[in-house]
Formats: sequence, C-alpha cells, structure tokens
Amino acid sequence: MSSAFPPRDPGEEGALAPELLVRMYQLMLRSRCLEERLIRMNKQGDGFFWVGGPGEEALNTSLGLLVHKGQGPEYDYLHLHYRATATLLAMGADPVDTLRQMKNTATDPYSAGRNFCNHYSVRKWNVAPVSSPIGVQLSMAPGTAMANKRAGGRGITIVQSGDAGTAEGDFSTCLIWCSLPGRELPCLILVENNQWGISTPYAEQHAEKHIADRARPFGIKSAVVDGNDAEVAYRELKKAMDYVRTERKPFLLEAMVSRLYGHSSASGANFVPDEVDCLVIFEKKLIERKLMTRAAMDDLKARCTQELLEASKRVREEPQPRGDSIWKHVFAERDLVRERPSQDGGKNGAH
Amino acid sequence: MATLVQAIRLALHVGEERHGVTDVFGQDVGPPLGGVFTQTQGLKTAWNTPLDERGIVGTAIGLALAGQRPVAEIQFCDYAFNVVDLLKLAGGISWSSAGDWNCPMVLMTPVGSGIRGSIYHSHSFDAQATRIPGWKIVMPSNPLDAYGLMLSAIVDPNPVMFLAPKALLRAKAASGERIPGEPDDDRALSKLIDAPLGDRSRWRPEWPDVKDAFVPIGKARTCRPGRDVTVVTYGRMVPVALDAAEQVAREGVEAEVVDLRSLSPYDWDAIKASVKKTGRVLFLNEDTEVTNFGEHLLRRTVEELFYELQAPPRLVAGAHVPGVGLADALERASVPQADGVAAALRELARAEA
Repeated sequence: MSSAFPPRDPGEEGALAPELLVRMYQLMLRSRCLEERLIRMNKQGDGFFWVGGPGEEALNTSLGLLVHKGQGPEYDYLHLHYRATATLLAMGADPVDTLRQMKNTATDPYSAGRNFCNHYSVRKWNVAPVSSPIGVQLSMAPGTAMANKRAGGRGITIVQSGDAGTAEGDFSTCLIWCSLPGRELPCLILVENNQWGISTPYAEQHAEKHIADRARPFGIKSAVVDGNDAEVAYRELKKAMDYVRTERKPFLLEAMVSRLYGHSSASGANFVPDEVDCLVIFEKKLIERKLMTRAAMDDLKARCTQELLEASKRVREEPQPRGDSIWKHVFAERDLVRERPSQDGGKNGAH
Repeated sequence: MATLVQAIRLALHVGEERHGVTDVFGQDVGPPLGGVFTQTQGLKTAWNTPLDERGIVGTAIGLALAGQRPVAEIQFCDYAFNVVDLLKLAGGISWSSAGDWNCPMVLMTPVGSGIRGSIYHSHSFDAQATRIPGWKIVMPSNPLDAYGLMLSAIVDPNPVMFLAPKALLRAKAASGERIPGEPDDDRALSKLIDAPLGDRSRWRPEWPDVKDAFVPIGKARTCRPGRDVTVVTYGRMVPVALDAAEQVAREGVEAEVVDLRSLSPYDWDAIKASVKKTGRVLFLNEDTEVTNFGEHLLRRTVEELFYELQAPPRLVAGAHVPGVGLADALERASVPQADGVAAALRELARAEA
C-alpha cells in the first residue's frame, strides 16, 4: 500500500473521488475484519486482552490516508490512542503484525510481546508508542509539534484523545501549551467522542455541551463533526489538517464516533446493535452511487475474514518471547531518534 | 573555583554550543530570572513555561522523540510528584517499544533540605527516582562532578535525571579544583557569567572557553580513603559524611567516604571493593527511610557480601514523616546531621559481628 502525499483534494463540498471512496471502504472493512478477528482470538484464548476501535474506522482511515508519513520533524507525528487500528492500516501497516501483538509473540514488531494489542509504535512513521493511560499523549504532543514548527516544513502533530480522557489535566496542558501567544503550535487535537468513559456516560462526566467548546478561550479554532460518515470525516479532517499545516496553529476537532464492541474485552467485547455503524452507512452510500455492489462487498469481507483467520493460525505458531528478554531495551544504546532513515541501513529498531 | 550552580550553567552552555542542546526550559528558567537558583542565567536556549509540570515533562518527552535535545527543569522536586506517571512513561519508551524509540532528555530538579525550605522545598527525590526503571539518575556533590555529569547526561541517549542538592548549589569547588578553561579568579568568573541585580535586559554573559570534562554515569568516587568503616552516600550528605569522618578520625577511626554520584546505574563494584576492605558499612542519605534507596543497597550488601561483614550494616536516612519542618530543631531532627553520622560510625567501628 502506498499513500501519496498530499492526497487528491476532494474539494470543499460534494463527493470524494470514486477511487478514493472505494479505497477508503477497502481499508475500513479490513480494519473491521481485523478487530473482529482480534476479538475472536481473545475469546478463544489467543491473547489476554482486547481493546480497539471498531466504530472509529471512518475517521481513523481518513486520518491514516491524510498523514504526511515519514520519519523526523518534517513529517507528521502521531500520538494515537488504542482505537487507531484503522489509521495504522491506512498508513500501510501489515494487519498480521497486529495479530502478533494480540498473541504477544516475540515477532510482534510494536512491543515484542510486551504490550496490549493496538498499542502501536512505529518510529519510521513517527508513530509514538501508544500507552494505555488516557491523556498522557496530550502532554507529549506540544514537544513534537514544537519540533515540527522548527523544521519549517508542513509536518504537524496529531494527538488523539477520547471524550472521557479530556477530563485529565493533560488536555488543558495541550490547549495551553499549543496556544501560547506568538508561540502557537501546529497540533491537531483530535477528540474522538464515543460518549463513554468505560461504563460512565458522557452526561455524567461533562457539563460542557461539546468538548470542542473548550478550545474557544484559548483562541483555538475548533469544530464538531460526524465521524461516522466517512466522507464528512475525510473532508473535515483534511480541512482541519490543512489549516494546521498552513497556519502552523492548533485546531481542536471533535468527531462523534461509535463504540461498537464496548470498551474492551473486560466488558465482554460484544456487538452493540444500537450504535451507528460507519461501515453500514458507507456501504449504503457506495451502493446508491453504484460504486460497489453488495455482492462485491460481501465477497471482499469473506476474503478478508478468511485471510486473517489463516494468518491468526500461523501467528499462533510463532515463538513467544523468552523470559530473559525482559532485560533488553531498558536502556537505549544508540540515539535512534536523531538518526535519519538513510543512515539507518533499513534496521529501524524492531522494524 | 566555580560554585555548583555556576558549574551547571557552564555545562548547559557547553551543551548548547557543542552537544546539541536545543531547549533549556521550565518555570522561571528563561530571562529575566534565569532560574530561581540562577542555574540558567544567560543561556541562549532557555525559555519560560507555564506553571505546569505535566506540560514541562510531557513537552520534554515530545521534543526528545522528535530528535531535539531538551533539558527540562522542575523548579523543586517537591513539585515533581504530579508527574510520576510521565516519568514512568519516559523511562519506559525504549522498553515498551522493544527498542524502537529512545527518549534522550534531561530532567533537572533541586532536591533535599538545608535551605530552611519547610514542607514543600525540602523533599528528596532519590527514593522516588530510583523506583522508576529506564532512567539514569545522577546526583553530584561538588561543582566538577556537576559539570561532568551534566555533560554526560546531555549526550546520553536515555532520559537522565539530574538531582541537584540545593543546599550545595552555592558551594565552591575544593581549593585548586577548576573546570578546564575556567578563569583563575572566582570574581572574574562571576563577572563574566552571573547576571547583575536589577535590570538585566541588556546584559549578556561572556562565556569562558571551558573544555569538555565528562564524568561517566555509573562511576563512584572515593572522596576520603579509610580502612575502618565505609560510608556510601551522595549529594548533600557527602560533606556531612566528610565532616563526620573528620570527627571520628580524631578518635582514631578511619572512615572511607564513597560518593556514589550516580544512582542509576550505580557503581556496585566500588561499594563492594570498599566493603571488602573495611567490613563495616553505613549507607547515608536524607530521603525518608522507609523504602529508601539506601535500604536497597543495604539489602544487596547483606545478600552478596554477608561473609565480608564484620558488623551489621547501617542505614542513616531521613525520618519517615510527611515533611521537613521549618524550625531549626525540626529540620535537624528530620534529616541526618554530622554528629549523628559520627555516632553511627563510632558504633559501627566498635561493633562485633
């Protein structure tokens, strides 16, 4: 998979190009199939825990396609949460590597069997290590955004949070540090509002109508968008990213999304039928516009599901990390972050 | 002879000029103040942050990940307790990503008592810091070590915590000890690099051409040799230990004082060599005594050097109370004093295993 940059401008309004829509659908479907495979693996005992992003594919696929992908401050930095599966797939990650992290194999390129599934880390694409605590990425983001600004190119920082995570002090840290007068930072703060903090509903945690409203006193531009409509999500995300890229200032985008399998495997990871499914909406749209047939979609889904099932069987046979590997990488021996890809001889850490 | 705080400033300057330091930042770190202890006066990359320790540490992590070379400051370590999770995050970046990323940042913070700092300007941080794997931790007791350890911290590819004993910041180097390139006259150095009182808007420092003098992280220094009893200590307790050693020397007890200088990694070989020589050891620091770094060293000594010991090893540390009280008697009762250390050394020297 390759992601051309910048992607073709879809125009301010109106439909996205047909080939982009089909590509987005393929990626969204692939991500959904992957999540469903991960959930199956967990339920079958192939992996201790599942957390992920079914219901956020429209937004996160768009993000992955719009990222200026590369290593170093000339490119975008990503501080993602653990529901960004679709972002990674859209950037070109191999879904089998996600299965490996689920099964905590030694071959897991993101953490060598140390971290939960969907906790990505890809230095060659500026994807900072995902950590389970909600919010900490919001405190790190100003640092990479400062480096983006210094580099002078079009690279920006994208930091994700859920709605519940914005109660952490790190959210105000991010707003304050990104909007210091005269020192504004090119940072897209992307709040994916699924209306839940594990089991606690939005209304019990927030008096503010929209999270995005909290940008106003800082002079940060913001918007609330429907993250379940792939076309809207792509267009609004592109608009926000273009603003951050060119103005070199922060933007707070609040996208309303769904959480289709609950918080995690700890709450059962069962399908929630009463939430909007971005994939279903998108399929309807593609059929109406005669871009794809139902049969083609069903066929694609069946192939995807089968491929991942087979891959999960192979992953099951891959080696588990040895106990004595715990002593590896407590300290870094080289200053990897200042090495440029060309000097790295293709040996990019675990990748 | 530079003071410890001048040595830190000179090292940061050298860091900016020769070792890629891009940012020296924290609350009141930039002009006009240049740090509440003057540690960042005149530095070209120094800037002020909001009063937000989470932002300071988080931004340092972000800058480090993006290939910058940040030195962040928490104004007093007493204010670092709300960032312990971010410290854990920084310490875990290499490990969690299985070596995909590293996080080359320096976090400096003044620690300990001794300036009548009362409850929130007297805390120690060595016990907390050493609970966080993935960090290198240094704690100098004199200007030359402060200079050399800061340089080593700056060039290290890992997060390094630089714990500055605040009661020693104005302490000068021992007679004749100078940073290479430092002027011979102390007043001349002050004139060159200390900001004037009052309006500083037009002031610029004139940096002396100081040379690199790295002190490797992980290497202790024996600052007083002795055959009878060993004191393993660091930071502000080094001069306290030397004072106590002087007291007992008059009674014929020769104490060896080992300045650990680095707490992570620490120089076990140096500890082992001294304990094998004396058979009697006191671990000394001013952090609260329950779950104290000295306890770890003592435990390891018992496990690995038991048959070398001629007396039960001792720990002298701070009282396990919530803070260091302001009144003189309260502070003296809370943190180790030379007389108490001397008393412990006498007991150790006399004790039979």
